[in-house]
Amino acid sequence: MSLRVDQDHSRFKQIIRGKIRQNLRRFISKGELLGRQGKEVVSIPIPQIDIPRFRFSDKQGGGVSQGDGEPGDPLGQGQEQPGKGKAGEGEGDHALEVEVSLQELAEILGEELELPNIEDKGKNRIIKTRDRYVGLRKVGPDSLRHFRKTFRQALRRQIASGSYDAKRPVVVPVRDDLRYRSYKTEIEPVANAVILYMMDVSGSMGDEQKEIVRIESFWIDTWLRNQYQGLETRFIIHDAVAREVDRDTFFRTRESGGTMISSAYKLASEIVEQDYPKGEWNVYLFHFSDGDNWSVDDTLLCVQLLKDKLLPGANAFCYGQVESPYGSGQFIKDLDEHFKSDERVLTSEIKDRDAIVDSIKEFLGKGK
Amino acid sequence: MAQFALKTALPAYLRDEQVKIEAHAKAYGLDFFPTWFEVLPYDHMNEIAAYGGFPSRYPHWRFGMSYEELRKSSEYGLSTIYEMVINNSPAVAYLLEGNSLIDQKIVMAHVYAHVDFFKNNFAFASTDQGKDAATGQPIRKWIDAMANHGAVIRRWANRVGIEKIEAFVDDCLSLENLIDPHRPHARKSRAVSPADEEKSYDQPGEELPRLRVDRDYMESYINPEAFMDAQRRKVEHEATRTRKLPEEPDRDVMGFLLEHAPLEPWERDVLAVVRREAYYFAPQAQTKIMNEGWATYWHSKILTEKVADGSEIIDYADRCAGVLATSRERLNPYKLGVELYRHIEERWNKGQFGKDWDDCDDLAVRQSWDRRLGLGRQKIFEVRAHYTDVTFIDEFLTPDFVVDQKLFSFGYNVKNERFEVESRKFQEIKERLLFQLTNAGNPIIRVEDANHKNRSELLLAHDHQGVDLRQDYAHAVLVALERVWHRPVELRTIVEGKQTFLRFDGNEHKTKS
Repeated sequence: MSLRVDQDHSRFKQIIRGKIRQNLRRFISKGELLGRQGKEVVSIPIPQIDIPRFRFSDKQGGGVSQGDGEPGDPLGQGQEQPGKGKAGEGEGDHALEVEVSLQELAEILGEELELPNIEDKGKNRIIKTRDRYVGLRKVGPDSLRHFRKTFRQALRRQIASGSYDAKRPVVVPVRDDLRYRSYKTEIEPVANAVILYMMDVSGSMGDEQKEIVRIESFWIDTWLRNQYQGLETRFIIHDAVAREVDRDTFFRTRESGGTMISSAYKLASEIVEQDYPKGEWNVYLFHFSDGDNWSVDDTLLCVQLLKDKLLPGANAFCYGQVESPYGSGQFIKDLDEHFKSDERVLTSEIKDRDAIVDSIKEFLGKGK
Repeated sequence: MAQFALKTALPAYLRDEQVKIEAHAKAYGLDFFPTWFEVLPYDHMNEIAAYGGFPSRYPHWRFGMSYEELRKSSEYGLSTIYEMVINNSPAVAYLLEGNSLIDQKIVMAHVYAHVDFFKNNFAFASTDQGKDAATGQPIRKWIDAMANHGAVIRRWANRVGIEKIEAFVDDCLSLENLIDPHRPHARKSRAVSPADEEKSYDQPGEELPRLRVDRDYMESYINPEAFMDAQRRKVEHEATRTRKLPEEPDRDVMGFLLEHAPLEPWERDVLAVVRREAYYFAPQAQTKIMNEGWATYWHSKILTEKVADGSEIIDYADRCAGVLATSRERLNPYKLGVELYRHIEERWNKGQFGKDWDDCDDLAVRQSWDRRLGLGRQKIFEVRAHYTDVTFIDEFLTPDFVVDQKLFSFGYNVKNERFEVESRKFQEIKERLLFQLTNAGNPIIRVEDANHKNRSELLLAHDHQGVDLRQDYAHAVLVALERVWHRPVELRTIVEGKQTFLRFDGNEHKTKS
């Protein structure tokens, strides 16, 4: 049943949305939302949504209460006690927590960063159809006749027309009463986009660098998930060798070895070849590193791998270079040099957390 | 609304209980408006609670916000609203569908006491909309009034646009606590009486300034008629120019703005609505402890003496313990109120009042003092009619009571960064409690001058009682105030011991010590 308050409630949500938009850059660079992610919603703390009034500052006032304790004992800064309460009582001071669906968050991100929607690649999407018996209709084969509904209909008709006798409860369906199950065809889209994250976990990548990658990947996930009906993510870490890991390991691992980027690209191309046949999948490759590579030869090998194997099947290859005190930062220059004219290769330098927003824009702003 | 009302009417088994409880309440001497109960499912309950008890108010997002909060806390099982009762005649009370029978009985008894309080406490007389000529009963049709407010604002919203209305409502709500809760009881109306305006400087005793004359016969030459006329005009001009507005500092800031701010008709209507509603809710904020204490006193009387049977008494006690639970962090108005009524009742039953009692300092005598007057019940009925929380505490809080109830005052310790127990001394506790209750916990702010600096700027003054204002909020309120006044606004207050002027001129904030 719809409530009168729904209108005010949706207006409130609209205001919240505006607030989130306003504070989005801060949320992004502080990584505030990451720990608050549920399955489909994010819980966001919104500062100062209440109506300001002249009021006393909290810390000077104090008050009166009852219970045990000597002067000087702490009260225990607890929450307000739940229980009986009236509306309008005890307007809290706390930041309000609102829940926003990931989809909505993606929309807000899109609006704020002016991200274009991703163009339809015209690839064959895999769509699975399935028939489910969910409805009823008046005609159909006898094998699909719905007995309960049929008799209920007959009973209803008899009561309405007065021919039902409670003492002799005989219910006889006529043709009009017959009800048959009917099916509906449901379209079930199958995951048709995959993001392959690759990250350098060699000794030169510190915790801060990884945190930046983590924040950035959260927003990339959120955006792409909104663009595609199904989205898979795969994770590859590498130092001198590469291996595939799950999400948690991806962000937590720290190795100490050297860096051979080609190892990751090799593994990536294997994965793509094996699991994501060309033409059916939108493949996104993201690689984060501090830009240090083992040798010039390896860099050339990387370029070769990109050209021959990875790029042909991919929507975009995004390289994010996180600045670290140890890395030389050479790799991004090499990539730019080799792929200057290739629209599918997007590179971005991420100096610090504040640069995340711009970097997201560089990666996703082309609508690839 | 018609079908809505039908569905929520009391089912027969509750109707029976209601009739019984109403009869008991009457027999105890409670005197209430006719009371209408409705049963609501929890989402409707949350909705109506979000609207402060009124099903149809003006549209505003903050109702949506409190709905969201209420809904969440009820869905997560943090809190449930058991009852809601509206100060209206007939009074309307809402029961929550699905509560156990004993809960509903407690709530009904509780509600009758609330309605008795609404009807008889003097502070609520300000919510009367006149008297019914036939019965002499006060008219309080606030459900209608609130719906009318809703209609007024919706109509304006259709004409000038919801965004403008909403932004202005926000501004007005920032000023919502700037009312004078005592105004409805003052005899003087706010218009300046014409007699005062006629006051002229030409009256005897008011000497016009003249030039000095040493010889009397020179008078008409040194101060000729024409010169004196000019002097008279000058003085009069001076007088009108410096006449202050308001003449006396005015606590009814909203009322002052309504009369003097350059408002569009729609702005005037919105401000008037917000102000009227603020005045309607003011008595409830002024009598929180008394009102809840009174209702608790009577639900426990009615339930334990009349209504609850043996099988229900455990559940009753459990519920009651929940309502009266105390915590060290927050004063429970139900508990404090009911205990204080009981304390008063006991004292007046035993005759522990008056000069003899006050003068007696023999502890043994005091402890066994019992004059068997039996005036307790009569006294608490008087108290419920003639006091508000401030006077209630001021007059009836006693050192014995403070010790019995383990009251203490607390404050924030900057060094330890935490709230700590400060004192168990009677005077300090009482002072702190009274401070907390004064003006329902709001700072006292007055309009000082509407022509501040002779530039028609608005000067407000904060009556500083030892606690500073919260600065970020104060700044935000000044912004709202400027939007209503359309000229720069300034607030005189004290920050960290120094007199400070907070100023907002429409563009930027300035703070000047």
